[in-house]
Amino acid sequence: MDYLLTEEQQMIKDLCRQIAEEKIKPVAAEYDESGEFAWDIIKILAESDVFGIYIPEQYGGMGGGVMDLAIATEELSWGCGGISLGFAATGLGTFPILLFGNEEQKQKYLPDIASGKKLAAFCLTEAEAGSDAGSIKTTAKKEGDHYVLNGTKQWITNAGEAEVYTVVAITDKSKGARGASAFIVDKDTPGVSFGKKENKMGIRSSATREVIFTDCKIPRENLLGKEGLGFIVAMKTFDSSRPGVAAQALGIAQRALDEVLKYTHERRQFGQAISSFQGVQFMIADMATQLEAARALIYSAARMIDSGAKNIAKVSAMCKMYASDAAMKITTDAVQLFGGYGYMKEYPVEKLMRDAKITQIYEGTNQIQRGVIASSCIKESLS
Amino acid sequence: MKILVLIKQVPETTDVKIDPVTNTLKREGVQSIINPFDMYAIEEALRIKERLGGGEVVAISMGPPQAKDALAEAISMGCDSAVLLSDRKFAGSDTYATSYTLSQAVRKIGDFKIILCGKQASDGDTAQVGPGISTHLDIPQVTYVKKIEELTPDKARVERMTEEGYDIIEIPLPAVFTVVKEINEPRLPSLKGKMRAKKAEIPVWTAEDISCDEEKIGLDGSPTRVVKVFTPPPREGGQILEGEPEEVARQLAEFLKDVVVG
Repeated sequence: MDYLLTEEQQMIKDLCRQIAEEKIKPVAAEYDESGEFAWDIIKILAESDVFGIYIPEQYGGMGGGVMDLAIATEELSWGCGGISLGFAATGLGTFPILLFGNEEQKQKYLPDIASGKKLAAFCLTEAEAGSDAGSIKTTAKKEGDHYVLNGTKQWITNAGEAEVYTVVAITDKSKGARGASAFIVDKDTPGVSFGKKENKMGIRSSATREVIFTDCKIPRENLLGKEGLGFIVAMKTFDSSRPGVAAQALGIAQRALDEVLKYTHERRQFGQAISSFQGVQFMIADMATQLEAARALIYSAARMIDSGAKNIAKVSAMCKMYASDAAMKITTDAVQLFGGYGYMKEYPVEKLMRDAKITQIYEGTNQIQRGVIASSCIKESLS
Repeated sequence: MKILVLIKQVPETTDVKIDPVTNTLKREGVQSIINPFDMYAIEEALRIKERLGGGEVVAISMGPPQAKDALAEAISMGCDSAVLLSDRKFAGSDTYATSYTLSQAVRKIGDFKIILCGKQASDGDTAQVGPGISTHLDIPQVTYVKKIEELTPDKARVERMTEEGYDIIEIPLPAVFTVVKEINEPRLPSLKGKMRAKKAEIPVWTAEDISCDEEKIGLDGSPTRVVKVFTPPPREGGQILEGEPEEVARQLAEFLKDVVVG
């Protein structure tokens, strides 16, 4: 389908696919096995200006938006959904600065992120605060011209590898959800430490760790927006970042379909290619259609967000939910179509299935997305 | 320091057809790429510029108008500018006429220190154009360069790959180097480079623009003709003498005596 990409977007797509094909795909299985962070690929992305795609030109970026970010994430995830996350999660960690940072904060942090010199990470989740983000316990206590952070963030993507952390912490417990604030924390700040690297089911080369703050003193000018805006920062960040998760799911699913088309054409049973069997064809047809529907929804949502539209929570949740559910189904069917081979690690599809699963869970489980979508629909109907 | 990179656009696949009349490659309907060996030359030029913290890299190609795409790609990788030599009069050039034509363009640009070429093109496989340019310009050359060890404004020390190891060669600049794939790993283009390439104006120079002697260009200026294309049989035999130098020399003398007598 022709999505009428701009010349620049086509360039991003072509270059990211070239990187995925030539640089990421050949090493993906190895990184999946070792769980190591793919710094060599990060370096290539940095040199190719990929980290600057969604950052304004005055801060050294390419001046693109959520749509451009989605295109890049999709193509890189086609190569490996875990390796691409070093890029995509940096986007998640950067959105709070893009959306709520003041001029000084933007000038200080964005150029290094745009050049790929520094990765970023977003720290919200805690052991007892997942979907219920309101119950976070990490505190930020104001003391003179600085804040003191204490608490532990869990399952933070890019933790330990990133230099820039955007952190949500409670500044006023008595105010409930309005008592949270968002901060920028540099990795080398005394009092910042990291837990062990988690051993995950999928996206194994991406780094997931605890981020631990122990009497961590950060200057007052690192507060994002105003005190009390913490949850607004988090929610607005997710509204902009969810098409990225959707695009990650899309890239993984596209790879699954590509592998299926190749395999079912080559694999012969009963004297013919298995792609000639109607049962197989129907599965291929469903996969391809769901994939394209997901892509159309993601691009529409991304373009709507870039247009500056106000109420984007619903479309953002819709594309994340739909694309990740589709990716789970498509990758599961891919394993099915590969049969016994699909279950073996020598073949690429079992990894796709493992990698797809997380996209239904993080940046808000798909149950939370459905909640967002439904409440938006109900609110709209009443207004 | 001005560095010139000479590149050629070649058909993407190795499975190409030969024109039965001219015995040269059929280029219609085949996707074109930068000759893979030239990618190493581009990369090395960019690395030299980065190493010196300045300079200018100019990519030059001779070919049909669509060879501009190859030059645009060179710019997207980081070359500062590019020039295309294109003229109907150049058609049918052999390696002599091609290296003459390219050397005329090099003269026009002038003020260069290093010319880099791939060791050979993947279509013609002659490995003659680089050395030909050095001869036309009357400057030194090193072929099969696998490393540029040292570089000063007036000389370079490079490693030349041989079958069994490498030679270290010190050479005054300006000079021509043809490079092998062991020298580096070419980078991918960058997005900013691609944007620059899109906007870049690549001038096209004709035979007249570079003051070519018309008797030395194109099919008529080419002293050679392709008669037949074939894969030469691999070299056979040969004997490697081992031991102390005196011993090896003695063995060699014995061997030569037999050959001469025979």
